[in-house]
Amino acid sequence: MSLHRKLSYSLAINEALHQVMSMDPSVFLIGQGVKSPWYVGNTARGLIEEFGENRVIDTPVSENGITGAAVGAAIAGMKPVVVHPRIDFMMYAMDPIINEAANWFYMNGGRANVPVVFWGIINRRGEQAAQHSQALHALFAHIPGLKVVMPATAHDAKGLMVAAIQDPNPVVFVDERLLYGLEGPVPQEIYHVEIGKGCLRRQGKDVTIVAVSLMVHEAIKATQELIDDDIDAEVIDLRTIKPLDRELIIHSVNKTGRLVVVDVGWRSFGISGEIAALVAEASFETLKAPILRVALPDCPAPASVMLENGYYPSARDIVQAVRRIM
Amino acid sequence: MILSRDTLCDLYKAMIIIRLFEESLVEPILSGEVHTPCHLCSGQEAIAVGLCKALSQDDYIFGNHRSHGHFLAKGGSLRALAAEIYCRETGCSRGRGGSMHLIDPTVGMLGSAPIVAGTISLAVGAALASSIRKDGRISVSFLGDGATGEGVLYESLNFAALKKLPIIFACENNLYATHMPIRECRVNRPIRKIAEPFGIDNHEVDGNNILQVYDKVQQAAEACRKGSGPVFMEFLTYRYRGHVGPDDNVQGLHMDLRPQEELAHWLEKDPIQRLERYIREHHVMDELELQSFKREAENEVQDAKAYAESSARPRIEEITRYVFA
Repeated sequence: MSLHRKLSYSLAINEALHQVMSMDPSVFLIGQGVKSPWYVGNTARGLIEEFGENRVIDTPVSENGITGAAVGAAIAGMKPVVVHPRIDFMMYAMDPIINEAANWFYMNGGRANVPVVFWGIINRRGEQAAQHSQALHALFAHIPGLKVVMPATAHDAKGLMVAAIQDPNPVVFVDERLLYGLEGPVPQEIYHVEIGKGCLRRQGKDVTIVAVSLMVHEAIKATQELIDDDIDAEVIDLRTIKPLDRELIIHSVNKTGRLVVVDVGWRSFGISGEIAALVAEASFETLKAPILRVALPDCPAPASVMLENGYYPSARDIVQAVRRIM
Repeated sequence: MILSRDTLCDLYKAMIIIRLFEESLVEPILSGEVHTPCHLCSGQEAIAVGLCKALSQDDYIFGNHRSHGHFLAKGGSLRALAAEIYCRETGCSRGRGGSMHLIDPTVGMLGSAPIVAGTISLAVGAALASSIRKDGRISVSFLGDGATGEGVLYESLNFAALKKLPIIFACENNLYATHMPIRECRVNRPIRKIAEPFGIDNHEVDGNNILQVYDKVQQAAEACRKGSGPVFMEFLTYRYRGHVGPDDNVQGLHMDLRPQEELAHWLEKDPIQRLERYIREHHVMDELELQSFKREAENEVQDAKAYAESSARPRIEEITRYVFA
C-alpha cells in the first residue's frame, strides 16, 4: 500500500529527520536557518515543535565554528546533522570537515569515529550567480574518510538521509533545491538506501548514461528522445558518489560498450573524469567508442538567465553526446 | 586553599613524569630515532596537570599540537604515549597519528590536532553534547596564544556564550606563536580580554604556579557545571624548548630564536621547583621521599620508552585500515 504513497523530495527529508530523531535521542539538527523555511524549505517542518530547541538548533552565521561543534559533538557520542542551506557557505567549514572529521578515525588509529552528516544544498539557477549556485560535491569526494551521497528522487532523499545519519562515518549529503518540489513514491515506514549502491533507472543495451542528482531526470528525458533514433539507452543513477558503485557501472558498460557521464558539476577534475578513468582502467577492451562527458563548462555560474540557459546542460546535450558515439 | 598530602604528591609526580618524559625525547629527536614532530611542553607542566587534576575523569579535553602533557595529565598511559611517538602499533593512535594526534576517550582525552585553533570548535561541540544530554560533564579546549589569530576562536566564544555551554577555554600563553613573539601577532592587550565582548567570565592565572592553576580551575569548573556558561582562562607561562623539537632548528643551526635572558628569567619561575619549595616549606614530604618520587618517575619513563622501542611497527598490509569505521 505504501508503494503508492507520494511525498515531495523535501518532505521526504523531513520525514527522515522526524523518524530518526524519534528513534535515537543522540541525533540532533544544527545549522543556520533551521527555524526558517526561507533557508531550508520545509525540510525542518515540525521538528522544533516535536523535539525542542535543544535538538533543533538555529545558529548564527558561523559555518566554521558550528560545523566544528557538530564534529566535536559527534566525537563525544552524538549524531549531529549540520545543515548548510547553501553549499557555497560550507567552504568556510572546510577545516572541520576535511582536516578534522575526515581524518579523525584514521589519524587516531580507530579510537574514535565521527558520525556526523554535513548537509549542503545546491541552489542552481534563479540568476543567483557564482556564490549561490555552485555544485561542490566533487571537492568532498576527493577526500579519504568522507562519504558523499546525492539523491535524485524523493525515495532516495529519505533513505539516504536515514543511512547518512546512521552511518558511523562523516557523510556529506548534497541535495538540489530544484528537486525539493519533486514528488515520488515514499514508504511511510523508516528505511534506508544503502550508501555506495547506485541503481538502474532504465535498462538499455546500446549505451550507458551515468548520471547524478538532478541530471538523472534529464538523462531519463534524453532516453525518450533517443528511442526515436532507435537507441536503447541504459541510465544509472549513482545515488552515492563516494564510494562509487564500481560494479554497477562496469557491468553496464561491459554490456553496452558505450558511456556518457553526466554530472551536475564542472567538467574538469570532477566525478565525470573519475568515472571515465575507472571504466578505462577496468573495461577498456569492451569500449566501442570514446567516453563522453556532459557537465558544466569550466566557468563560474553566471547570473543572467540568458547565460544560465547556455550554462546548464539539459536532456538535449545528453542526446547530442549519445548520438556522437553511436 | 589547603591541599591534602595525597593531592600534592599526585600533582608533583604528574609534573615530573611529564618533564622527564619530554626531556628524554631530546636525544632520540636529535639522533633521528624519533621523527614525528614533537612540540615539547617542558616548562608548561603546571597548566596541564593543575587543570586536568581539577576535573573529573568523565570531563572532556581537546588538545593541540603541544599535547603530550595534556594527554598524560588527563590519565592517558605513558606507555601508549611513548609508543605513539615512536609510531608503533601499540601507540594510543596505533602509530597512525604520531606526536600530534593523541587520544584516549576512556579518560576523556578526546583528541588533539595541530591545525591551530582547529580543536576549539570541537571542544565546544563536546560541551554542546553534554548540554543536550544534561550529563554534567564539562569540556576544556587547550589553545595557545597563537590561536587567538584564528577566526574560529571568536565564532566558538560567541556560540558557547550564546548557549551557555559548559566549557573552559584554556589559553596557554607562552609568549610565542611558533617563532613569532605574541606582541608582534596581536594588539598588546591581555589575551583574556578577548572574552569580554562575549560576556564570558575571564581570568589571568600564573601558569607556573600549580596551586593557583588547580584552585582557579576548580572554581571555573564548578561555575561551568552550575550552568553559568563558559569561562576563559589565560595561563601565563613559557616553554623551555623550541616551537618544535628541542630547539628552533632553523636551517640546521639549532639556535633558539628567543633571548637567553628571557629563558633564564622563566627558568627561575620553574613550576616544578616552585612546588618542591612549597612541599619542603610545608613539610609535605622530606628529601628522601622527593628523591624516591623522582626515581619512580624516571623508572616509569624508562619503562615506557623501552616498551615503545620494542613494540612492533604498523604493518603495511593494514595501511588503509581505519579510513572508515
